[in-house]
Amino acid sequence: MANTLFDKVWNDHVVMEQEDGSTLVHIDRIFLHERTGSAALASIEASGRKIKTPSHVFCTMDHIVDTFPGRTDQTTMPGGSEFIKVTRDLSLKENITLFDLGDARQGISHVVSTEQGIALPGCTMICPDSHTCTLGGIGALATGVGSSECEHALVTETLRFTKPKQMRVIFMGEKQPSVTAKDMILHLIAVYSAAGGSGYAVEFAGPVVEDLEVEARLTLCNMAVEFSAFTGIIAPDEKVFNYLKGRPYAPAGESWAQAMEYWSTLATDQGAHFDREITIDCKDIAPTVTWGTSPQHAISIDGKVPALSSDDADSNHSMEQALIYMGLESGQMIEGLPIQAAFIGSCTNSRLSDLRVAADILKGRKVSTNVRAICVPGSTQVKLAAEKEGLDRIFLDAGFEWRESGCSMCFYAGGEGFISGERVITSTNRNFEGRQGPGCRSHLASPATVAASAVNGSITDVRKLEHLT
Amino acid sequence: MKKFSTHLGIAAPLLKINIDTDAIMPSREMKSVSKVGLGKSLFANWRFLDRGSEKEKLNPDFILNQNEYLNATVLLTGRNMGCGSSREFAVWALVDYGIRVIIAPSFGAIFFTNCIRNGLLPVVLDEKIISTLSNQVVLNPQDNRINIDIEGCRVTGPDGIDHLFELQEGDQAMLLEGLDAIDVTMKLDSVINTFKAMDLIKRPWAYLG
Repeated sequence: MANTLFDKVWNDHVVMEQEDGSTLVHIDRIFLHERTGSAALASIEASGRKIKTPSHVFCTMDHIVDTFPGRTDQTTMPGGSEFIKVTRDLSLKENITLFDLGDARQGISHVVSTEQGIALPGCTMICPDSHTCTLGGIGALATGVGSSECEHALVTETLRFTKPKQMRVIFMGEKQPSVTAKDMILHLIAVYSAAGGSGYAVEFAGPVVEDLEVEARLTLCNMAVEFSAFTGIIAPDEKVFNYLKGRPYAPAGESWAQAMEYWSTLATDQGAHFDREITIDCKDIAPTVTWGTSPQHAISIDGKVPALSSDDADSNHSMEQALIYMGLESGQMIEGLPIQAAFIGSCTNSRLSDLRVAADILKGRKVSTNVRAICVPGSTQVKLAAEKEGLDRIFLDAGFEWRESGCSMCFYAGGEGFISGERVITSTNRNFEGRQGPGCRSHLASPATVAASAVNGSITDVRKLEHLT
Repeated sequence: MKKFSTHLGIAAPLLKINIDTDAIMPSREMKSVSKVGLGKSLFANWRFLDRGSEKEKLNPDFILNQNEYLNATVLLTGRNMGCGSSREFAVWALVDYGIRVIIAPSFGAIFFTNCIRNGLLPVVLDEKIISTLSNQVVLNPQDNRINIDIEGCRVTGPDGIDHLFELQEGDQAMLLEGLDAIDVTMKLDSVINTFKAMDLIKRPWAYLG
């Protein structure tokens, strides 16, 4: 029988089909962070239960820790220190691997997972964080869960899922060099809506996806949850295998050979069934930026804020609210809109390749005097590698702040945030109301667009770069 | 978890689409690892004006602050309810506030499961039905209540008309019996261990020390 990539990974993790139609699925790896993982660990502690296989559980500090140089357990977030301390104490007690502050392996969980070789092709992985779907980029079956489900996986090494329907999104055609994985996923969500993937596991495929480097594939899968998909997944190939080889927790020696043999089977068979297929011609994708308060409110950089022409009353209402919140009007050009802040970071776009693209643009240029610009590398490893290449100097010379790694200002938790009414161009994944600060207006874009906009002081088409001053 | 079979409650229509968990429970309101006492932070950005400042007050325009929706226990919302962050704090806040049932055309998947695990019933109904229910409720919210029967998978509107919904059998049982999912699965530990022993032969590379 012809199987999809998702079927293959799913089938090999079925512990038991339940009478009620759900499936008990084995979970290979669990990653925690101090924000929601702490709640799961505390609940286990209170219940007196034990983690079934501590060697398969990893934890990092990313959500609450400050990213200022010289940071400590004290954070600017109200109550933040408690999350850090509870996580550290319980990680130690439960004998799980913690990438703590000061550890060179610390960073955003979804960046560290691949960097350390913890997430692997053909493995199931969960984290109490919605962007766990990122790891589908290397062929893992990874999904975000709540704290209770995380606790369930920690104690039983399984989760109960109803098998999702399956969708394949094929990216084909000529992609412009300035169009990145971020633009591709924003385009998909803009066309098919933020609920377009609801109920589906989505395989991203096609020649353009095959051409993407590993880090770009992680970006593509990262926003599968913004499409409301169960997860995103991409067939692993030589690029992925080369990327993983030699990583600290990746298989080695004989084990590597066994893994390679298994991984080489992880592709969708000819004729396998998908419940839905979408084909996107990449010639239709320009650098893309959001104008509103949902990732589906995305348009081409040379486009206009849309008019309320939809016959869907709910959608119209939400657009009206978004226009008011964002201080915009239908028909307005998005390009040239003045910004007050620029942010490069988050599990979406904070890896070395992202920083290189931004640095290429920033080299020899200065951030506009009206703009506060911040770069937060996705992990301490990324930061160190970037510094080795001198990228930190480029960011600093251009006028960017250069931070320690963490989730940082991707979201506002009462600590650092952008100011009410301030317009921020950001390489993150959510432009929800108040996401980056009460009243703050977030425009999602690729790191290239963020860097170019920071220089110009307004939302900028990266393709017009030579016109930058 | 408490057993949950039927509920008759005051419903508040909050018919926005894509209500995200940042809106339900803003990150800055999550000040402690604890699950309890979060109701005061529910929809904080919408429920309060000048939140956290000396001028803080209830936003009179927000539906849950209006007298006719006092003690609402049912929410009627737009599609893709609870999208975004996986934070279970959002569900803990809803439960602590007193919400027992949310009726929406669709839900964020993680949020849906989080609801079930905390005894909050997510009901999927057609957009048009929700619109009809909402139109009936707003005429007299305190009296025009909505009844939800989990066993019969039935929502009864103020006009007495029944609307059937689907609920996965396992989820239904969890709610009706008030079961703890971990307890249920722990009884299958030997099955899980048998799976692992076979998996170790098939995928030895997936196992760490």
